[in-house]
Amino acid sequence: MVVKTLTGNYAVAYAVKLARVNVVSAYPITPQTTIVEKLSEMIEKGELNARMIRVESEHSALAAVYGAASAGARAFTATSSHGLLYMHEVVWWAAGSRIPLVMAVVTRAIGPPWNIHVDHQDILDQRDSGWIIAVAQENQEVLDLTLQAFKISEDPRVYLPMMVGLDGFILSHTTAPVDIPDQELVDSWLPPRRQPYIIAPESEVVMGNIAPDEDHFMMRYSMAASMEAAKKVIEEVDREYGEIFGRSYGGLVECYKCEDAEYFVVIMGSWAGDAKKAVDTLREQNVPVGVVRIRFVRPWPREKLLEILSGAKGVLVFDRAVSMGSTGILFSEVAQTLYPLNISLKGLVAGLAGVDVGPSRIEAEILKFIKQTEEGAIYTPTEWILPEKYAGRYPSSPKEVIAK
Amino acid sequence: MTVNIKRIPKKKFLMPGNAACPGCPETMGMRYLKMALGDNFVMVIPAGCSSVIQGIAPRSGIYAPILNIVFAAGASAAAGMKAGFESIGRKDVEVVVWAGDGGTGDIGFQALSGAAERDDDILYICVDNEAYMNTGIQRSSLTPYGAWTTTTWTGKREHKKNIPLIMIAHGVKYVATASVGYPTDFIAKVKKASQIRGFKYIHLLAPCPVGWRFDPALTGEIGQLAVKTGLFPLYEYENGKFQLSPLARRYKDPSKRVPVIEYLKLQGRYKHLINKPEEIKKIEEYIESIWYMIDVLEKAFNPKEEARKLLGSL
Ligand SMILES: Cc1ncc(C[n+]2csc(CCOP(=O)(O)OP(=O)(O)O)c2C)c(N)n1
Ligand code: SF4
Repeated sequence: MVVKTLTGNYAVAYAVKLARVNVVSAYPITPQTTIVEKLSEMIEKGELNARMIRVESEHSALAAVYGAASAGARAFTATSSHGLLYMHEVVWWAAGSRIPLVMAVVTRAIGPPWNIHVDHQDILDQRDSGWIIAVAQENQEVLDLTLQAFKISEDPRVYLPMMVGLDGFILSHTTAPVDIPDQELVDSWLPPRRQPYIIAPESEVVMGNIAPDEDHFMMRYSMAASMEAAKKVIEEVDREYGEIFGRSYGGLVECYKCEDAEYFVVIMGSWAGDAKKAVDTLREQNVPVGVVRIRFVRPWPREKLLEILSGAKGVLVFDRAVSMGSTGILFSEVAQTLYPLNISLKGLVAGLAGVDVGPSRIEAEILKFIKQTEEGAIYTPTEWILPEKYAGRYPSSPKEVIAK
Repeated sequence: MTVNIKRIPKKKFLMPGNAACPGCPETMGMRYLKMALGDNFVMVIPAGCSSVIQGIAPRSGIYAPILNIVFAAGASAAAGMKAGFESIGRKDVEVVVWAGDGGTGDIGFQALSGAAERDDDILYICVDNEAYMNTGIQRSSLTPYGAWTTTTWTGKREHKKNIPLIMIAHGVKYVATASVGYPTDFIAKVKKASQIRGFKYIHLLAPCPVGWRFDPALTGEIGQLAVKTGLFPLYEYENGKFQLSPLARRYKDPSKRVPVIEYLKLQGRYKHLINKPEEIKKIEEYIESIWYMIDVLEKAFNPKEEARKLLGSL
């Protein structure tokens, strides 16, 4: 074990190296670029024995690693924002093929206007595709999750590709001390690549030709079943990783100061750190609040959330991505999970396009929500925390704009 | 390289249950591909008629391992597969892309150009039936001037995009044109390409009875007429050398060519211009321009070092 000061992006690269990936292909996009730069360097220096395909686009990057994986290689790609959207067609194709793959997504807002700062629209846009989707809070977790992604994706109970999200700049370009596990230990823990089939001259496999609609339907059914199975695999991998490498994160969700909590903040990604700070402060004032950090958006941790939240007085969901015409994306997931429990529920859309929120604002929102709930349970699907510059000039619910 | 058709393995490549139309040039081409390559290859097929021709899963009417892939990603998926095989120590597997003219010259062009520039070790075959047949005969950038399609009802106004020439300009290892009308020529070119390491491109003309509106018994003959009229010269470009294929050399001489009207009048897609001399003239001028280009290529890429040095890699 070595401790190095690494950016989130370098933490990804070290995990890819430890997983002994055979083929890497990626296309530059801020803030992902330093991942592909670092991996190129590792490969050219001979530190990582892999092939690098320097493609001309993200569509090709994912197609190339998918092709490599179909031939039996362990393969990896990474992207952000517009790159991920450009890949979208192949994202679905790879999942439907049940080919294990790992992709790092350095989360970034989507234009216009051009913007390289963090929000979660890009990664959450992929949530229906059949990829396992996880999002990290800090750099150590980025390394651990990326490494675990290979094990989860290649588990025969899963056989689905996996995305690891890390927040643009906040993690990708910010350094923190990261434990890098020993290669021998990783080798003994991560089995050689497994996959449902390979396409090779002797295999006689044809993948993707037209199938009867009923069979196609059942392929979807089977993906859904594997998503359910993945929940167990994810918990297992998290536990055994803890035993071997000394770090566990709680599996599908991380609970922070949940034990005697009556109110919960549901949040995902790096700003969960801010939420934890807010909770620390409030706990000093004896406010019974905890943080439920979503680590895996897919499979959605329904059972686990019910276990944690069913006795709650109130749940406050922070969303860094919105489904236009509806609500924040995590909010709608949480709401369908908690139905029909009578829990006070509120969704806040904030932090879009990299706009900062910070612990004190989160703290204030928690207190406001508790006060509202104490006057009687509420159900508020969307309120927007507007940027400082515009606060007060516009109503916090876009609905009221029309009313005016 | 000469190919004796009698010595070629007779193993069945196309099975009952494949879903091609009668007289389909794509299945003809696939059969020749298998004859040329034997067993040690995999196919990557982007969307197009050949995705459908395979028939219904879990079976397949084509006796080869196939990775079907999204429309725009034929070349990139194949490049990845090749790298995948190499990275796990299987250097001998040939990866062949089998893509339509749309999958090659339009939506898949970016990926194709990328793989060519990187000199990825794959064999890319464009099966050129001069339109999007799978979606019902819409024009592509490789549809020729004057041809009717369901998006050019009065005939396409632009000439065919010259993809093989663009591939030569990429400076790849091998570029050839072929026609399903001349199987042994195509087989020889595939065999030669498979001996070369690096990026190889073969442009296979594939007259489609459905889209070109002709009698399905005539696929081979129309494939030959395209060459005999001078419309589609057969050639090879290899390591900086360009040469006309032996059976196409005589058509350099305009007097040896079959008048283009003989080719056009067999095809319903040209029906509206058969009696328009000014339209026929345009097509004849196009043929002249193609041969002018051939002349330039022969001079630029002749075996003489001097000329090559002079022109660099075009
Ligand atoms: C991204 C995308 N756009 C459109 C289509 C629809 N589509 C499928 S095949 C095809 C045309 C294929 O034409 P070509 O490549 O010339 O092959 P052919 O069918 O003629 O063999 C189109 C437009 C698709 N599958 N994917
Ligand atoms: S439309 Fe043409 S190319 Fe397509 S399957 Fe039918 S004959 Fe073959």
